[in-house]
Amino acid sequence: MTGYTTCLYIPEKKTEKWGRSMMKPWKAVKRLVPLFAGLSLLLSACGREDLSVLRPQGTVAEEQLGLIKLSITIMVAVMLIVFGIAAFVWIKFRRKPGQNEVPKQVEGNFKLEVIWTAIPLVLVLILAVATVQKVFAFGENYSADKNAVKVKVTSHLFWWEFSYPDYGITTAQDLVIPTGKKIALELKTADVLHSFWVPSLAGKTDTNTDGTINNAWIEAKNEGVYLGKCAELCGPSHAFMEFKVKAVSDDEFNAWVDAMKAPAVLPEDPAVAEVFKNQCLTCHAVGDQGGPIGPNLTGIGSRESVASILLNAEGEGNYVGSKPAKDNMKEWLMDPQAVKPGNKMPSPKEDLGLTDDEINAIAQYLADYKLSY
Amino acid sequence: MAHAHTVKRHKGLMDWLTTVDHKKIAILYLIAGGFFFGIGGIEALLIRVQLAKPMNDFVTAQQFNELITMHGTTMIFLGVMPVIFALMNAVIPLQIGARDVAFPFLNSLGFWTFLFGGLLLNLSWILGGAPDAGWTSYTPLSSTTYSLTHGVDFYTIGLQIAGLGTLIGGINFLATIITMRAPGMSFMRMPMFTWTTFVTSTMILFAFPAITVGLVLLTFDRILGANFFDVAQGGNPVLWQHIFWIFGHPEVYILILPAFGVISEVVSTFSRKRLFGYSSMVFATILIAFLGFMVWAHHMFTTGMGPVANALFSIATMLIAVPTGIKIFNWLFTMWGGQIRFTTANLFASGFIPTFVMGGVTGVMLASAPADYQYHDTYFVVAHFHYVIVGGLVLGLFAGLHYWWPKMFGRVLNEKLGKVEFWTFIIGFHMTFFVQHFLGLIGMQRRVFTYLPNQGFDTMNLVSTIGAFLMGVGVIIFLVNVVLSFRQPKGVAGDVWEDGRTLEWAIASPPPEYNFKQTPLVRGIDAFWKEKMAGNKEMTPAEPVGPIHMPSPTILPFMMSVGLFIAGLGFMFTNDDFGNSVLNFLFGKYIITGLGLAITFGCMLLRSLFDDHGWHIDPDELNDKEVKAS
Repeated sequence: MTGYTTCLYIPEKKTEKWGRSMMKPWKAVKRLVPLFAGLSLLLSACGREDLSVLRPQGTVAEEQLGLIKLSITIMVAVMLIVFGIAAFVWIKFRRKPGQNEVPKQVEGNFKLEVIWTAIPLVLVLILAVATVQKVFAFGENYSADKNAVKVKVTSHLFWWEFSYPDYGITTAQDLVIPTGKKIALELKTADVLHSFWVPSLAGKTDTNTDGTINNAWIEAKNEGVYLGKCAELCGPSHAFMEFKVKAVSDDEFNAWVDAMKAPAVLPEDPAVAEVFKNQCLTCHAVGDQGGPIGPNLTGIGSRESVASILLNAEGEGNYVGSKPAKDNMKEWLMDPQAVKPGNKMPSPKEDLGLTDDEINAIAQYLADYKLSY
Repeated sequence: MAHAHTVKRHKGLMDWLTTVDHKKIAILYLIAGGFFFGIGGIEALLIRVQLAKPMNDFVTAQQFNELITMHGTTMIFLGVMPVIFALMNAVIPLQIGARDVAFPFLNSLGFWTFLFGGLLLNLSWILGGAPDAGWTSYTPLSSTTYSLTHGVDFYTIGLQIAGLGTLIGGINFLATIITMRAPGMSFMRMPMFTWTTFVTSTMILFAFPAITVGLVLLTFDRILGANFFDVAQGGNPVLWQHIFWIFGHPEVYILILPAFGVISEVVSTFSRKRLFGYSSMVFATILIAFLGFMVWAHHMFTTGMGPVANALFSIATMLIAVPTGIKIFNWLFTMWGGQIRFTTANLFASGFIPTFVMGGVTGVMLASAPADYQYHDTYFVVAHFHYVIVGGLVLGLFAGLHYWWPKMFGRVLNEKLGKVEFWTFIIGFHMTFFVQHFLGLIGMQRRVFTYLPNQGFDTMNLVSTIGAFLMGVGVIIFLVNVVLSFRQPKGVAGDVWEDGRTLEWAIASPPPEYNFKQTPLVRGIDAFWKEKMAGNKEMTPAEPVGPIHMPSPTILPFMMSVGLFIAGLGFMFTNDDFGNSVLNFLFGKYIITGLGLAITFGCMLLRSLFDDHGWHIDPDELNDKEVKAS
């Protein structure tokens, strides 16, 4: 075994070589440019408050960011050490012109090898302890907790259904929750696998088929509207399978529940009401009427979007590029496939034979169907 | 003297179709792998064009899903795996002082099944639509209920046939390395690339049967109406995820370990030093392989396996960082005190180290399950595995290709062009994938065919797309370099880098058909370097000059693979109505399938009934060739 000194052997510097090696740090810096560019990007733009993992608004996401920060710190330190040694070696031990003697053939170094086995092991251990703590904390099931609000999440191609078993209400696309309370989620799918993700509130939980139903919990600290996404490839409109989580005060939440329970409002014009009942309510529901196949439409005018990606100007999310709910509703009803390719809704015009006037009237009715809370 | 052998020597195309020479099979693997790598690369560029701006409509949602599925599948199974096999075939027999692999016939069979499997898979583009359920093909999305075209059938059957080739190749290299090392080459004197090939082959042996089973089950579900993954009939989709990842995770180590081997060879040669900590390198390789089988469920943290499973798989995954770290530091200290020459091969190897470390640290971050709930299925993961596979494996492959190109073809790749190629590729690479970490963290999930504006995604996606094209330019420069290299006369020096350490550098470039006129005697690690240091110009022979036994060329492996191709294609369309009674009969009654299998099994029968004892090269002929070669 060769000694410690051998591997730390540094050839003597010769002054005339300096010009050569001055070139090299520049190359090493060049390699770091993307890193610095990235880090400054990270600092300047942490993403949107309602969407970014880096700007958490709920308990789970906050603790997750804590863990992410811990691991990033350890990893950046490791990277700097490795990059530092690499840069030093590349600059120092380049073959000089005319250098022909054979370098010493070092077999290894026991001390050094123990060091670079032991230190990573310790670092991994630190991360492992934090990981195990959080795994169990996030794995807690609050569905039996009296203070928690229970919600059954069912994912469909390409929309989300939220039902509240304690209140006997079902809604779609906008998950309304009270702030400061644990929301106990029970997640499953009605068709293929999807994954429930609200980056600013909590990480993902897959929605599986019957037999492998998952539980999870979220908690919003502040009132606001948070963007949710499907994070498991589920078909053509996977990209558009978004939803919103609307965190409101306790009072507002109770008012919302009451409004949801109120009797259904149908179109005033009896002819439109007839079309709506015969064509729409076979799949959709409003209040106590209609079917469970499509998204529940009760109070749809108060929602943040139509079909999850046509953002409503009336919404509380203050979206750039949003349009009035009625325009969105009309765009959707005129040609659903153009908005969300591969979705399961029959085209009102092509398949159900609705006229433009009927579509217009129904769009107006739905946009005006608001809940006060 | 009359030639003692009576074997028919083929010329031109027939020579390539019938060859069993590992050096020619290596070239076939390289051409086919390069071809599929090109297709996968074009798919990648189309994906990046689509994502260059929000709400783009360059491709449709369906086409996009087909592109991402085929990009992943093609790159993993048909692009990088064959190029790895090309290097193994070109180098391993030479490094261990052997005249060929243990089973030359199987070697050829492995190549042709891979090629026909890959062609079958890519035929889906023109036969009704490519697979669209992601390279992971999670059920129920990949079931006939939700994936209506034959795409996923092409995936299951194409991969099944191609996977057969990989399994055959793995077994062949295991047998070769165990039984055919030159006298004196103990296991602990094997070059590092031979070691990683050995360990990789072991992993193939255990991992590929898992995907084989999974693909058979999915095929049965889709074509024969079975219900392994159908909940309504008592099946379970999560089962597919376990089967897929029990294969899928070892697969990423199957990919990266050979790259580790290449880097070890290149760094050591161009530092003019022996590999630092050789025994710990061997130990680390084996440990990575072992742990690689213990961590598959870290791909499924969000599936809902419960906190206990998630915690255990987290810790097991983090542990892999330790042997990987050992490797990184061993490479750095191999260079320490050396005389580093930055040839293109060594530039790629040097670029590999920091890039792979970046992929490695994000790997440890992902291993922490509670944090992974946030990273999972976002662009953070896309960035991570591209850092490992492109920044790790592909840089390693480029290093290996530049390093062994003279040995394979007797010509050196241009160093100046090589350097341009390196800088274009690596700058493009970091541009493409570095920003994707942040895209994931600010909320962009993966596999989305487009995204709404005003989410803060636009600029970074554009940067990523520009970077992808820069990588494309790097690859084109490499191709130009390859074409230019063939304008040189063949036959560079055997030890072309002057500092070659292992046995392949002790013979001519390219080596004669039989590799070694006399099997060399290995007297230590880095056998050739040892002889050079002792003042010898070549290896000490371990045997007198005598007739050399050679395997006969044969068309049977090619025909067997054609048979499998026909059978696979026939089986896939069993339930289709062609609106034509003849076709319905041929496909519906399994006539086509039977015909294909008859060809395959007929060839096997021929092979079993008629012994082929090969042929011999006479000693006087050896001398002639030796004169020509040197």
